[in-house]
Amino acid sequence: MKKLGLVVNPIAGMGGRVGLKGTDGPEALRRAIELGAEPVAPERAIAALERLIPLKDQIQLITYPGEMGESEARKCGFDPVVVGEVREGQTTAEDTKDAVRRMVELGVDLILFVGGDGTAGDIHDVVGNRVPVLGVPSGVKIYSAVFANTPEAAGEVAALFLSHGLPFREAEIMDIDEEAYRRDELAADLKGYASVPYEPIMMQAGKESSSGFETADQKAIARWMVELMERGRVYILGPGTTTRAVAEELGIYDSTLLGVDLIVDYRLMKKDVNERQILEAIEGRPASIIVSPLGRQGFIFGRGNQQISPGVIRKAGRKNIIVLATPQKLSLTPVLKVDTGDPALDGELRGYIPVITGYMQTHMVKVL
Amino acid sequence: MFRQARWGTDSGLEPLVFELSRQGRRGCAFRPERLSEVEIPENMRRTSLNLPELSEPEVVRHYTRLSQMNYCIDLVFYPIGSCTMKYNPKICDEMASLDGCTQVHPDQDESTVQGCLELMYRLERALAEITGMNRVCLHPAAGAHGELLGLLLIRAYHGWRGDARDEVIVPDSAHGTNFASAAMAGFRVKVIPSDARGRVDMEALEAAVSERTAAMMLTNPNTLGLFEDRILEIAELVHGAGGLLYYDGANMNGILGKARPGDMGFDVVHLNLHKTFSSPHGGGGPGSGPVGVSEKLERFLPVPLVQHDEKTGRYYLDYDRPDSIGKIKAFYGNFGVLVRAYTYLLMMGEEGLREATEAAVVNANYVRKKVSETRGFKPAFDCACKHEVVFSAEPLRRETGITARDVAKRILDYGMHAPTYYFPPIVPEALMVEPTETETKEELDRFVRAMHEIDRDARENPERLCSAPSATAIGRLDELRAAREPILSWRMYVKAGRS
Amino acid sequence: MQTMSHHYIPNFREIREEMLAEIGVGSVDDLFSDIPPGVRLKGPLNLPPKMSEQEVRKHVGGLLSKNVPVNRMPTFLGGGIWPHHIPAHVRAIVSRAEFLTSYTPYQAEVSQGVLQALFEYQSMICELVGLDVANASMYDWPTALGEAALMCARLTGRRRFLVPDLMSRDRLSVLRNYSSGAGMEIVEVGHDAGTGQLDLESLSRELNDRTAGVYIENPAYLGFLETRAQEIGEMAHRAGAMFVVGVDPISLGLLKPPGEYGADIVVGEGQPLGNPMSFGGPTLGIFACRGDERVIRSMPGRISGMTKTVDGKTRGFVMALQTREQHIRRERATSNICSNETLCAIAAAVYLASLGPEGLREVAEICASNARYLMKRLGGISGVRVPIFNSPHFNEFTLRLEGGGISVEVLNSELLKAGIHGGKPLKREFPGLGEASLLCTTEIHAKEDLDGLVEAVSRVTEGG
Repeated sequence: MKKLGLVVNPIAGMGGRVGLKGTDGPEALRRAIELGAEPVAPERAIAALERLIPLKDQIQLITYPGEMGESEARKCGFDPVVVGEVREGQTTAEDTKDAVRRMVELGVDLILFVGGDGTAGDIHDVVGNRVPVLGVPSGVKIYSAVFANTPEAAGEVAALFLSHGLPFREAEIMDIDEEAYRRDELAADLKGYASVPYEPIMMQAGKESSSGFETADQKAIARWMVELMERGRVYILGPGTTTRAVAEELGIYDSTLLGVDLIVDYRLMKKDVNERQILEAIEGRPASIIVSPLGRQGFIFGRGNQQISPGVIRKAGRKNIIVLATPQKLSLTPVLKVDTGDPALDGELRGYIPVITGYMQTHMVKVL
Repeated sequence: MFRQARWGTDSGLEPLVFELSRQGRRGCAFRPERLSEVEIPENMRRTSLNLPELSEPEVVRHYTRLSQMNYCIDLVFYPIGSCTMKYNPKICDEMASLDGCTQVHPDQDESTVQGCLELMYRLERALAEITGMNRVCLHPAAGAHGELLGLLLIRAYHGWRGDARDEVIVPDSAHGTNFASAAMAGFRVKVIPSDARGRVDMEALEAAVSERTAAMMLTNPNTLGLFEDRILEIAELVHGAGGLLYYDGANMNGILGKARPGDMGFDVVHLNLHKTFSSPHGGGGPGSGPVGVSEKLERFLPVPLVQHDEKTGRYYLDYDRPDSIGKIKAFYGNFGVLVRAYTYLLMMGEEGLREATEAAVVNANYVRKKVSETRGFKPAFDCACKHEVVFSAEPLRRETGITARDVAKRILDYGMHAPTYYFPPIVPEALMVEPTETETKEELDRFVRAMHEIDRDARENPERLCSAPSATAIGRLDELRAAREPILSWRMYVKAGRS
Repeated sequence: MQTMSHHYIPNFREIREEMLAEIGVGSVDDLFSDIPPGVRLKGPLNLPPKMSEQEVRKHVGGLLSKNVPVNRMPTFLGGGIWPHHIPAHVRAIVSRAEFLTSYTPYQAEVSQGVLQALFEYQSMICELVGLDVANASMYDWPTALGEAALMCARLTGRRRFLVPDLMSRDRLSVLRNYSSGAGMEIVEVGHDAGTGQLDLESLSRELNDRTAGVYIENPAYLGFLETRAQEIGEMAHRAGAMFVVGVDPISLGLLKPPGEYGADIVVGEGQPLGNPMSFGGPTLGIFACRGDERVIRSMPGRISGMTKTVDGKTRGFVMALQTREQHIRRERATSNICSNETLCAIAAAVYLASLGPEGLREVAEICASNARYLMKRLGGISGVRVPIFNSPHFNEFTLRLEGGGISVEVLNSELLKAGIHGGKPLKREFPGLGEASLLCTTEIHAKEDLDGLVEAVSRVTEGG
């Protein structure tokens, strides 16, 4: 019998309707309630759970008490196993982490959570990529790639995963700086990767299948990227799992997943570099930038890789930007975005660019 | 109420032929005399051969029963998009079964096979006329095989001109073989998106062409059933960059007799004789994928070409082609399929072919209109289609959770074959329907009614859909299990200890 | 009056007009208005006019009757496609509409007939060649060989593929075209002048750590057996290369299967198993390989696999391992096969099930013994050397005209006048062999046919 862990962050998303950008921290939460914010997470949870009702007798639902999952589950007719206890008053990130810890101990096959980037980050702190997770979007900040498009879609993917099995993909957990966000600035870090069930657009091979197993696709992309590499050229390798596959293809196993690394002559020159170090390294040498779209919005510059600054991009040259993305990634983010911080440069980067999506294969993708 | 024939028990259908075997039985006998000793050394002889042993009546009954548990055009409506499952005229099979076809060896002296050569020549001329090409190679055994040939010809062309081009542009709605064929021919594949109208995105195409462009591959009408109306601009863009234009003829049934790829600017064309020209699909093959070329590619065509000496009236095989790329198939192609296609061509005539195209397009648009009146199925694009229409079952899925695959499985219960689903991948919950011209309005109405009922059932009786198919010989099969624990032969079955 | 213009198109004009009204357009032309005027055909195509079925029968039947089929004239041709007896019930079964007019079995629930028949075909091919897995067919022997070379490249990561220099030139051409896109290098290995067989010293020189695979044909194109096939396989494996063997499946009624002497992949022509020659096609590409997981994952083509229904109760068959396609497409040495030769494979299954081990052995014996008889008798004619190579043969052999000044062309032309079709002239493919031709005998040849040939050849060579 498959085990589904359900965690609802009841306050996620409360800030949105009253114009607050998130509810991290008790201060912001109090403000939201003052403004008359109502919880939205519970109804999202129910929308997702309704898709799982047909599997009611085939799965064991494990959840936290009260509004952190139990009440929503019962409302949908489930008889959940309830673990843990909620601390008095407002629920916090610690409750989420406790809940997830218990679920992992109980051997859940999937953690379905309702919340936003904050909740995703909290869960990731505990689980890493050891247990698959899937997010029901209910937050203002939903930049991470672990979320389904809608609560119903999340429920369906979960149902499919539990009944038939699905391949996995690694999805970025993005950490948006909420303070900056409230000031209308968007700064993002790549927090890490979670393992997410991947529902390809086509689940069954008809005459051809556009799905595949993302790791294999990444390897194929990496293999070709390495064939294209030239000696004497500095390759600025951005963060992400696809770019990491390139490093691994070269036999480099200590590149950084979340930072920017430099590769020359098929070897790691320097890792986790900042803007200044990059500029020094490419002074007077040909350089190419290899990046991959990060997060749900498909940013190739400006989210999670700000070290590759406008200065770096201009020095390397616009023609020397290479974008890598698996077809699965592109199906989630069919349009790419740029936010280098230099609007003029952003303008120059817009239009259709070739993105390497496989061995000897590119897709023309629009950059907005 | 429909029920498919079913032979077998609860645990399985018809037993495997190995399970029916009994030592000592024979289904065929040969004369016992030998004219000579056989000189094969002992250590090269086999010591055992585990083939089933059955009498002739048992073999016949076994395979006849199996056949009864199989859908086919002669039994049911087969609206599979991009497959053109039209009626296969029996006169075509009759002609292909004549001794003058079956009992002829390809290496026979030309004087003894003038009939074959003349038929191939006449067929070639007709296909050249239909496509607007100069010459047609009849060798490829399938559409994908034709694609490979076409791309090899394109590569030979650029190579001959000293122009090393390594990219082939393919739309994201293209059939999977397009990508694979390009890769097989050694090209890098550049995929371009479709625009909101379902056609080639011109902005993306402009960004994609370069001095590396060897060719662009296009289907027209495309896999969404829509005519690429900017084809002349596309041709200009690609030719302007020095590339050639390749036509995937899978959808020829949408324009045959109304327009020709040669007139649209295509340089290489492949046709699927088992689609447009009604040669039977045979459960997956044999097919035939002739490739037509414009003059500039003629010199590279595979050997031999069938030529006609006007003076003597003789037909002959021309091997004297120094720039030919050689061969891509044994002998000259699937002649048995060519005979059928030629026969079909004659039965239809110019008028019949054009009428077939018109009827196919009317049938598809009729289905488009009537099915769009449901709540759950909407045509993917807001304009008339050609011979096939793509619906999205996304509205149905969002409302009820029922997917395109569930719908397809339920259609089987109505005594019809399911349309293609989940292709093209750019339409969510895609259902691709190609009725063809050989269906009656009554059968189309029956299909429409079924879709309406399925739409209703999705809301009111979803169990009917989730458990479908239930009127077929067997219920839903576990494909994941087949992948996890592959049993691909009797040997593997025995080794797995399951027999 | 309601009229139908063509009897395959049930919705004649008046019905179409009703439908157009429901669609909401005025005329059929409206549905083609998006075709640019410059492209629209202005007039009818220049094609033959429509014929009635009677006329078609006469015309096409008339064309085909201009041919002289092998059942009207003793013919000694083989070389990759062979005349064999096809039991009447094989034709009856593959003429059944359910097999003939069905589509690829993607919807397994309604295609168990085709899927199970293919599983049985695959199984019988496995037994024949001695390997665990076979696919549901490729187009023919040469393209199966091309795919085998690509598969060797995928599995070894290497690019060199070694082949015998006496292999069929046409098969070699197809192999080159299939493997050029993947950047493979096809290298011909020399033969022993006396036996014709692959020269092991040449092989040893060409084998290195860049060799993806070694290919032999057994029986060879020119009819002799590769008596050292096992050693060749061992040499290939020692160099880290794969061993591919090409076969005529009829020979496996008698000969040891390649799976038992080290073959990793077996390819061949399945036409002789229940399929007519039809002037060269449809043919049937056999493709089988070893059963380990890594190898199977790289095998191209469709495969029918066994499974159960989702409730676990009933055995059934599906198209298996479709993710292989994706796996294979991530490589440079990729495959694009989609349609195959299913109906021909079903015919082969029925044929093999009907013959059984004894029947197939008998056919092979008659083929080989007829050849041996003919070789002995032809060898007795002066000026005729039969066979050219000093090796055991199966059912095909070479003949060379020596010292008499007669060419194969003249010989064959005289034979034709006598109502006999001679062997395949080899000058185009192997000019170094002189006035040589390739002859074949099968179970369709009666003693009179063989004696007739001997007498005719005698007359021509002794008279000339």
